[in-house]
Amino acid sequence: MTDTTTHSAKGLTMGQLAPWVIATAFLVAMPWIFASNSAITIMNQMAITIIFALSYNMLLGQGGMLSFGHAVYMGAGGFMCMHVMNMVQDQGLPLPLPLLPVFGGLFGLGLATIVGSFSTRNAGTVFAMISLGVGELIAASSVIVVSFFGGEEGISGDRTYGLPVFGVEFLRQIEVYYLIAFWLVLSTLLMFLFSRTPIGRMANAVRDNPERAEFLGYSARWVRFYSFCASGFFAGIAGALFAINYEIVTEENLNLGLSGAILLITFLGGIGVFFGPIIGAIVFTLLQTVLSLQTELWQLYVGALFLATVMFFPSGLAGVLMMHVPAIKMGKWRYLVLPYVKTLIPAIFGILGVSAMVEMMFHARHAPTGDEEMGLFWMTVDSTSPLPWLVAAIISVVCFWVTRRNAPELVAAWHMANTPDGGSA
Amino acid sequence: MDLILVNIIDGLVTGLLLFMLSAGLTLIFSMMGVLNFAHASFYMLGAYFAYQISMYLGFWMGLLIAPPLVGLIGAAVERYGLRRVHQYGHVPELIFTFGLALLIEEVVQFFWGRDQMPYQIPEALQFVAFSISSYDIPAYKVFMIFLSLIIFGGLLYVLTRTRVGMIIQAALSYPRTVEALGHNVPLVFMGVFGVGTALAGVAGVIAGPVLSTFPGMAIVLGSIVFVTIVIGGLGSLGGALIAALIIGWLTTFAKTYNVRMEDILTTIGFTKPEPIGDSGWQDLWTLTSPQIADILPYLLMVLILVFRPHGLFGKRDA
Repeated sequence: MTDTTTHSAKGLTMGQLAPWVIATAFLVAMPWIFASNSAITIMNQMAITIIFALSYNMLLGQGGMLSFGHAVYMGAGGFMCMHVMNMVQDQGLPLPLPLLPVFGGLFGLGLATIVGSFSTRNAGTVFAMISLGVGELIAASSVIVVSFFGGEEGISGDRTYGLPVFGVEFLRQIEVYYLIAFWLVLSTLLMFLFSRTPIGRMANAVRDNPERAEFLGYSARWVRFYSFCASGFFAGIAGALFAINYEIVTEENLNLGLSGAILLITFLGGIGVFFGPIIGAIVFTLLQTVLSLQTELWQLYVGALFLATVMFFPSGLAGVLMMHVPAIKMGKWRYLVLPYVKTLIPAIFGILGVSAMVEMMFHARHAPTGDEEMGLFWMTVDSTSPLPWLVAAIISVVCFWVTRRNAPELVAAWHMANTPDGGSA
Repeated sequence: MDLILVNIIDGLVTGLLLFMLSAGLTLIFSMMGVLNFAHASFYMLGAYFAYQISMYLGFWMGLLIAPPLVGLIGAAVERYGLRRVHQYGHVPELIFTFGLALLIEEVVQFFWGRDQMPYQIPEALQFVAFSISSYDIPAYKVFMIFLSLIIFGGLLYVLTRTRVGMIIQAALSYPRTVEALGHNVPLVFMGVFGVGTALAGVAGVIAGPVLSTFPGMAIVLGSIVFVTIVIGGLGSLGGALIAALIIGWLTTFAKTYNVRMEDILTTIGFTKPEPIGDSGWQDLWTLTSPQIADILPYLLMVLILVFRPHGLFGKRDA
C-alpha cells in the first residue's frame, strides 16, 4: 500500500522530471499517431477519466476513505461549468473557455467542504455510508431541483461561444483535446505535488494508523477533511472538462453508477501507487470503447476482471507492475521471460476458450429462433451445433491444464529472480 | 381514517420486507464487521430462482427450494471469496462485495435478459382478504405479513433459545474464545452467511411478484437496506426491525398524502412569488412529498450518522 519512491528534499533531479516530460511529449504527439476523430474522442474520455480516478484515489488510496458517492463532485463541477458557459454566452463576460474548469473545480471544492465538514469525522464504514447517502440525496435531487440540474434532460451548452483564444475557437475535436491534455497535465502534477506535501504525507499516516497520528499532534479529522476538499476540487475539474467535451451534463454524471465505476477503475489500476489510477482509467476506457464494440457482454467480463483483481491482486495492475521492480533492478528479469510466456499464453487462450463458450451460450439463449449463426473471433459458427462447443471446451481445458502444469516453474523462476546474488533474501 | 389504516398495512408490508433483508445483513455485519453490498443481489437471485422454479413446479415449490439454493451460493461466496479477501482488510472486503453485486447483476442479465419476468402471485392467494371501507386488502399482503412475522419469530427463537444460537451469539463477541472452546467458528460464520443470504432469498421470492422481477431490482432495494441497518444501529436486530418499519411507514405516508411545500410555506407566512416560473425558488415552491418520498430514508440516514453515529440502537460505531 505504501509508496516506494524516495527522493531528497531539495532540488529536482532528472529522474524525477523525466516521467513528466515524457508523458507531456507523449500527450502532445498522440493526435498525430491516432488522428481519427473516434480515436481523439476516446483519448478525451480517457483523460477526463484519469483526472477523476486520480482525484478518487486521493481519498481511497492516499487517505483510506472509501467513497460511494464521488461522482457527485464531478457532476456538480460539470453542471457549474455548464452554467458559467451559458452565462458567458448570454452576457458576454470576458472569460475564455480554457479557464472554465476552474469554476467547476471551485464548485466541487465548495460542495466537498460542506459535505466533508460532517462526513470526515470517521473513516471506514461511517464515511462510506455517509458518502452513499449524500450521493443518493444529490442524485435524487438533481431530478427535483430543475433550475440547477435541468431535470431529466440535463443542461446543455455551446463551447464555441466566441472569444477565441489565440484564434482557436474549439470547433474541432483536436482543439478540445489539447485543452483537456493541458488540464490533465496540470491537475496530475498538482495532485502529485499534493501527495508530497506534509498534509499529503499525513493523509497516509492517518490512513494507516489514525491513533498514532493523533499522538503526533495531528488531528486525523482535519487531515481527512483537507484531502477530501482537494479531492472534490479535482473531481470538479474533471466534471468541467466533461461538460466542455460533450456539451451536455445530465443526472448520469452524478449518479451512483458513475461512483461505482470510478471505484472499479481506481481499484483495477491499483490504489497503492500514484500512477495506478492512470493505468486503470486507460485500460477501462479501452475496454469500454473497444470491447463493447466486440461483444454485448463486456460488462460481464469487466465485472469478472474486477472481482478477480480484488481476490488475487488487491494491489491492482500497477501493483503487479511494481512487483517486478526488484527483479529488474537486480538485472534478473530475464529469468522470468520464458516462464511467463509458458504460463500466460496458454492462460490467455484458455480464457478466450471460456469466453467463446459464454458467448455461444448467450447467443443460444437470447437470439431469435432460427438465427443460429453468430460471429465469434472472426469466424461464423452455429451456436446450436455441438462442434464449436466441443472445440472451445477442449481448448480451454487443455490450455488451463498447461498453465497449471507450468505454474510451479514460474513460481521457482520468480523466487530466483527476486533473490540477490550470494545470499538468501 | 380508513386511508390511514390502509397505509399502516402497506407500510407494514414494506417494512417487514425490508426487515427480512436487513436481518441477515445486520447479522452478517456483526459477525464479520463487513457490510455485504451484494446482499440485495441475493434477494434478486431469490426472485429469479423462484420464478424459474415456479414455471415448472409452481409458486410454493419455488418458495421452498429457491431460498436454500441462494443460501448455498451465499455460503460458497463466503467460503471461497470473502474468506480469501478478509486477510487484506475491511476496505477490500467491502469492495469485493461491491464487485460481486455488479457481477451478479450481469450474470442475471446474461441468463434472463434485461426484461421484466412475468413472475405472478399464486392463484391460491389471488383474492381479497378483507376490505376497509372501499379499499381492498389483497390476501397476498396478509400472507407476506404473516410469513415475515413467522420468520422473525423463528429467528429470535433460534438466536436466543437454542444451543446453536448461543454459540452464534458468543462467536459474535468473542470468536477466539469460542474457538478455543472447541467450536468451529469459521463454519459458524459460513453458516450465518448462508442463512442470512437465504433470508434475503425468501424476501426475493415473496417480493418478486409484487415489486416486479427485473435486473435492476437489487439496486432499487440495495441501498435502502443499508440505510435501514445504519439507522437501526449496525449489528442490532431490534434496531433493524424498528428502522425498517419507520422507513416503510415514512415512504408510504409520504407517497399517499400529497403534502405540498407551497402549503407549508404559506402557513409559515411566506407569499408565493408570481409568476412562479421566474423565481429562483421555483423548485422549492413546487416541491411535493411524493416527489421526495424515495430520498427521505437517505436524508434520515445522513442526519442519524451526523448526530448519532451508532444509529438508534447500535452499541458500536458503524
